Amino acid sequence: MSDIFTLGIDVGSTASKCIIMRNGEEIVAKSLIDVGAGTSGPQRAIEAVLEDAGMKKEDMAYTLATGYGRTSLMDGIADKQMSELSCHAKGASFLFPNVHTVIDIGGQDVKVLHIDNGAMTNFQMNDKCAAGTGRFLDVMARVLEVKVEDLGRLGAMSKKKVGISSTCTVFAESEVISQLSMGTDKCDIIDGIHRSVAHRVTGLAHRIGVVPDVVMTGGVAQNTGVVKALQEELGCPIKTSPLTQYNGALGAALLAWQAASRRR
Amino acid sequence: MAKQVSPGVLALRKVVDDVHKEAREAKARGELVGWSSSKFPCELAAAFDLNVMYPENQAAGIAANRYGEMMCQAAEDLGYDNDICGYARISLAYAAGVRVSRKYDPETGEYIIDPSTGKPLKDADGNVIIDEATGKPKKDPKTQTPYLQLDNIHDIEALPDGPEKERRWEAISPIRQMRIPQPDFVLCCNNICNCMTKWYENIARMCNIPLIMVDIPYNNDVHVADENVKYVRAQFDQAIKQLEELTGKKFDEKKFEHACANANRTAKAWLKVCDYLQYKPAPYSGFDLFNHMADVVTARARVETAEAFELLAKDLEEAVQKGETTTPFPEKYRVMFEGIPCWPKLPALFKPLKANGVNVTAVVYAPAFGFVYDGLDEMARAYYKAPNSVCIEQGVDWREGICRDNKVDGVLVHYNRSCKPWSGYMAEMQRRFTEDLGVPCAGFDGDQADPRNFNAAQYETRVQGLVEAMEANKQAKEA
Ligand code: SF4
Repeated sequence: MSDIFTLGIDVGSTASKCIIMRNGEEIVAKSLIDVGAGTSGPQRAIEAVLEDAGMKKEDMAYTLATGYGRTSLMDGIADKQMSELSCHAKGASFLFPNVHTVIDIGGQDVKVLHIDNGAMTNFQMNDKCAAGTGRFLDVMARVLEVKVEDLGRLGAMSKKKVGISSTCTVFAESEVISQLSMGTDKCDIIDGIHRSVAHRVTGLAHRIGVVPDVVMTGGVAQNTGVVKALQEELGCPIKTSPLTQYNGALGAALLAWQAASRRR
Repeated sequence: MAKQVSPGVLALRKVVDDVHKEAREAKARGELVGWSSSKFPCELAAAFDLNVMYPENQAAGIAANRYGEMMCQAAEDLGYDNDICGYARISLAYAAGVRVSRKYDPETGEYIIDPSTGKPLKDADGNVIIDEATGKPKKDPKTQTPYLQLDNIHDIEALPDGPEKERRWEAISPIRQMRIPQPDFVLCCNNICNCMTKWYENIARMCNIPLIMVDIPYNNDVHVADENVKYVRAQFDQAIKQLEELTGKKFDEKKFEHACANANRTAKAWLKVCDYLQYKPAPYSGFDLFNHMADVVTARARVETAEAFELLAKDLEEAVQKGETTTPFPEKYRVMFEGIPCWPKLPALFKPLKANGVNVTAVVYAPAFGFVYDGLDEMARAYYKAPNSVCIEQGVDWREGICRDNKVDGVLVHYNRSCKPWSGYMAEMQRRFTEDLGVPCAGFDGDQADPRNFNAAQYETRVQGLVEAMEANKQAKEA
């Protein structure tokens, strides 16, 4: 039997990601473009992943879109769209077969998924407020004049605990500014920000219950400071993967494979 | 094709129309008209033949007609905080005399049409006609509406009599919720929530009218203790005294008993109608129950209401026999919808449910208004229980009962910015539903009256997530 290739596309609010899989087992290619819904990002991400794989769109047996901008791909590009919730659940179960809880911190939202036997059976999402999301960290990094990707490393150098509000992005921003004007060390403030995010997310996670293994996905999972603070708040180890940012696209490619096999 | 409306639904619509009409006529005759909270014992007012209107229903109607934001903002301009319940804000603005009015040309007296309103014009084949000048669809003039603005009845009243004054009166939106008479007294029972207390105190002060208050403390217990009953019973007696003073009439026991009998009959028929949602597929959508709320709230002590619900139950029985349903899509999933709908966003609320075959087959209003009692003491006990006055155990019990009976696959929770008491304990309830019923739950942010607090894209993702989780659950059960 010939191989089945499937494409998963995750059009997020701040980035577009693609994954091509062979037979729902092996990742063949991946791509990431730093702009998301409503931009050229999705198209560029698709072109990049196909080029990486040395394949054409016609070679894809099935294409599944997910993420905030998923419906925009339904005119001709994707065969189906599914919510990022199911896709993250699927992706995390592929990377970590024993996962029961997925914490995903994305650009605009935070989700906590409960998983049984590889399928999402319940979930919680944040309310409107940006506190605790990737955007929150972007805002703070800007105020502190550091790069978002450096937050984890800098926070690790903290020597003193500083409390930062977890209720509101604007409150937290003004707290950060007043800490800066009081001369507080940036690393301490960053550590406080990480704990603020962890606190907020923990509240959400406890709403549906935290059952190990706990896996963290989404771009923010690359921030070691947030992961560490979350482990402390939750009191259990958290697993991450170098593929964390691709997790939604990975799940989409896996679900695409399921759909393609059903179609056969 | 126009949707066939059943005789029961028509009868229910007539009841509410009549309640409004009678109140307007009573006011015109110089009789007293009161405003009441939704779960004040209406049986007491009925014993005095009083006409009573219900600001919560009024606010829901105003919001559903998309005037919620204007009215909320008007209340905010009066100094009421944006955090206050949207129903209260709408009602307080209305009590202050604010009305939504249609803009007209003072020269011609004609309404000025807002070009952004209206549905697209279609040709005989049902295709949208495009305006060549703009490249956009042409609007059907019949569906276009005038620009809206706020007016105030006190300003209109101050005008000298004449055509301008009449024109201003006439320009007020014709929806019945904008034509409710100003109150001569208010009846408040805070079993609904504590915001109610301040809201009605404010109306009473603003309009300089008497307030009759029945205080029902939050109950930490599943049972209503005898001393609680005594406390409320004494307030009923006091309310009767106040109503006697207000009307100059004696409390009419016969009329009271009659009203109680009607209210009980309505409650039973209401429950029966609600119970038809237990059928799979259900003969109607639970969203329809929200429409019938107006009857159970504003007119439960009337015999016509009991009869109309009985008629509806009969219609539903026939529909079940014939295997028919008014739900406009095949029912694939069944959910409980928790909370008040986002009235200004009803189409957006319904869209992903319809797209995914999700029927609402349970709402907590069913048990909340289906209460039956005998005598004043039992009535006090019955009124002790309302969605926000009961402890979490009771609240969970009510909901899990209907979820089981009505066989739901999931729960959709509205975290309503307006209604803090209701939304506050939902997080814990959600956890219990999942644990006890083994169904997924999804929450979304919104507001019952203020459209500024709802985001359709966020809502759709949550509904889709819920559908996918329900599907996973189904497959796991089948496997
Ligand atoms: S119960 Fe909720 S919606 Fe009703 S009046 Fe109180 S706060 Fe408003």
